[in-house]
Amino acid sequence: MPTRFRASTPEWTSGKTSEPPDSLSGKPAAPVRTTRPGPRTRGVRTLKPITLLKAALFLAALVPAGALVYGFYTNDLTANPGDYITDQTGTWILGSLFASLSITPLRRLTGWNDLIKLRRMLGLFAFFYAVLHMLTWVVFVHYFEVSFMIEDVVKRPFITVGMTVFVILFALTLTSNRFAMRKLGRRWQSLHRLAYVAAIGGVIHFWWLVKADITEPRRWAMGLAVLLGLRAWWAYRKRVSSRASLQRAAARP
Amino acid sequence: MLIKKAPDIRSSEITPKSVYLRRREFIQGSAAALVAAGFGSLADDALAQGGLPKLPNVKKSPLSTTEPPSAYEYVTSYNNFYEFAPGAGDGPKKNSTKFKSAPWTIEVDGLCNKPAKYNLEDFIKPYALEERIYRFRCVEAWSFVIPWVGIPLSEFIKRAEPQGKAQYVEFTTLQDVARFPMQRTDVLEWPYREGLRLDEANHPLSIMAVGIYGEVLPAQNGAPIRLMVPWKYGFKNVKSIVRMRFVEKQPLNTWQAMARNEYGFYANVNPTVDHPRWSQAREKRLPSFIANRKTEMFNGYADQVQSLYAGMDLRKNF
Repeated sequence: MPTRFRASTPEWTSGKTSEPPDSLSGKPAAPVRTTRPGPRTRGVRTLKPITLLKAALFLAALVPAGALVYGFYTNDLTANPGDYITDQTGTWILGSLFASLSITPLRRLTGWNDLIKLRRMLGLFAFFYAVLHMLTWVVFVHYFEVSFMIEDVVKRPFITVGMTVFVILFALTLTSNRFAMRKLGRRWQSLHRLAYVAAIGGVIHFWWLVKADITEPRRWAMGLAVLLGLRAWWAYRKRVSSRASLQRAAARP
Repeated sequence: MLIKKAPDIRSSEITPKSVYLRRREFIQGSAAALVAAGFGSLADDALAQGGLPKLPNVKKSPLSTTEPPSAYEYVTSYNNFYEFAPGAGDGPKKNSTKFKSAPWTIEVDGLCNKPAKYNLEDFIKPYALEERIYRFRCVEAWSFVIPWVGIPLSEFIKRAEPQGKAQYVEFTTLQDVARFPMQRTDVLEWPYREGLRLDEANHPLSIMAVGIYGEVLPAQNGAPIRLMVPWKYGFKNVKSIVRMRFVEKQPLNTWQAMARNEYGFYANVNPTVDHPRWSQAREKRLPSFIANRKTEMFNGYADQVQSLYAGMDLRKNF
């Protein structure tokens, strides 16, 4: 089982699993260690650039949350801090989600495959901000009144969409670990394509909730169009070229 | 480390039933305390003012509420004023620091016998300034209590001598891209327009405000002169007015033109008619994290104004 899993989903995993096994990359296999390494004695290695980038990105992704905490203590969240926090956390759900969705295009454009190691973390940050966003709704907007929340979800399409996105992000978070990947096998990839649905839903949610000024949701929608458009274009090119190679193969005597 | 298993529930941890049954109030009380701690003492802040020119000879009015005014700082840093910045927040304050409200001309025209153009000073000179402490309820479910300084709108109407055909009065905000940067964009249809039925406009509660907290209006609050009709949602109270026109037909106000299903002509505060995207049943009296009060019919002015709408379906005429 582990072998099949590793071979079928290297792209969709992060951390160690995304380093393809040597048998796949075609590199000669690493020499077999003669001494058995102890559990924590891998030796000192120089930090890889991707590790540093990941650490930096981790801290950067915490800045918006930190700014809210700081703003709370310095009384700098406007006279309507509930709404302000809702807006900010909402923005950073989209920010994290879009960052995670730009990993694949960036890998492809830069050829830097290690970037995949950032994706899970970015997705988890989207969920982190989604939890905060949801809490503002539960606490500041509805003050734990379940009946009001249900009414909101049923009556107001932008809330319905937002809730759907939250459920998706929750499901993706629950299945973001290696155990779930192994359990789900190929279906894991299909499930995690819901990240696209979450991004589309997030932009719709934003678009529907603004009063008049669609400048910001329009910007997100354009970003989304680029992210999805690139994928569509690449998928199209792949199909065309594979058809061409099939035709070439068929034309051969 | 010695890890001792605690007894299942210590007796000290058991919530007395009386407290448990009132747990929501308890949580609300804690939250209120938290909010109060975060914002400091409001009573002191309410006296703080903006250092703008003081308005002379302002007399008190029996039409004022006895509720304590909100802090000046919040009333002037949490605004909706799309000509300066989209959405509620401190954008209007930040983007209006260079706004010049002098000289200022107001045109009175339409179906009236005394159309005229006035300098702001001449426009208001004949009348005594009154302080009107009113509740202010934004359509976005937040509210303040604001001590306005102004003049009953009926005075200006009387002076203009509207003709019998005049049923409505329409107000227009200044159109000037140099002073209102957002007018470069198409966020709203400019200039901002609002209107009142003539009997609403003549109601003693309706005023033209030229100040808050005893001082002239800050730019972000609608300098130099704005409408204030306290039983209606905030957006009815058009700011930086340059024109007042008497008309026969109901004018199309800006927000109604933007989204007819969300904003009507009347825009009376009404807890039973929700905005399509949020409930109007409760409101946040700012500063507050949470909705801390029930919204009152006609913003608490029902006794004075509900007769204006006798027999009208307020769900339809929202």
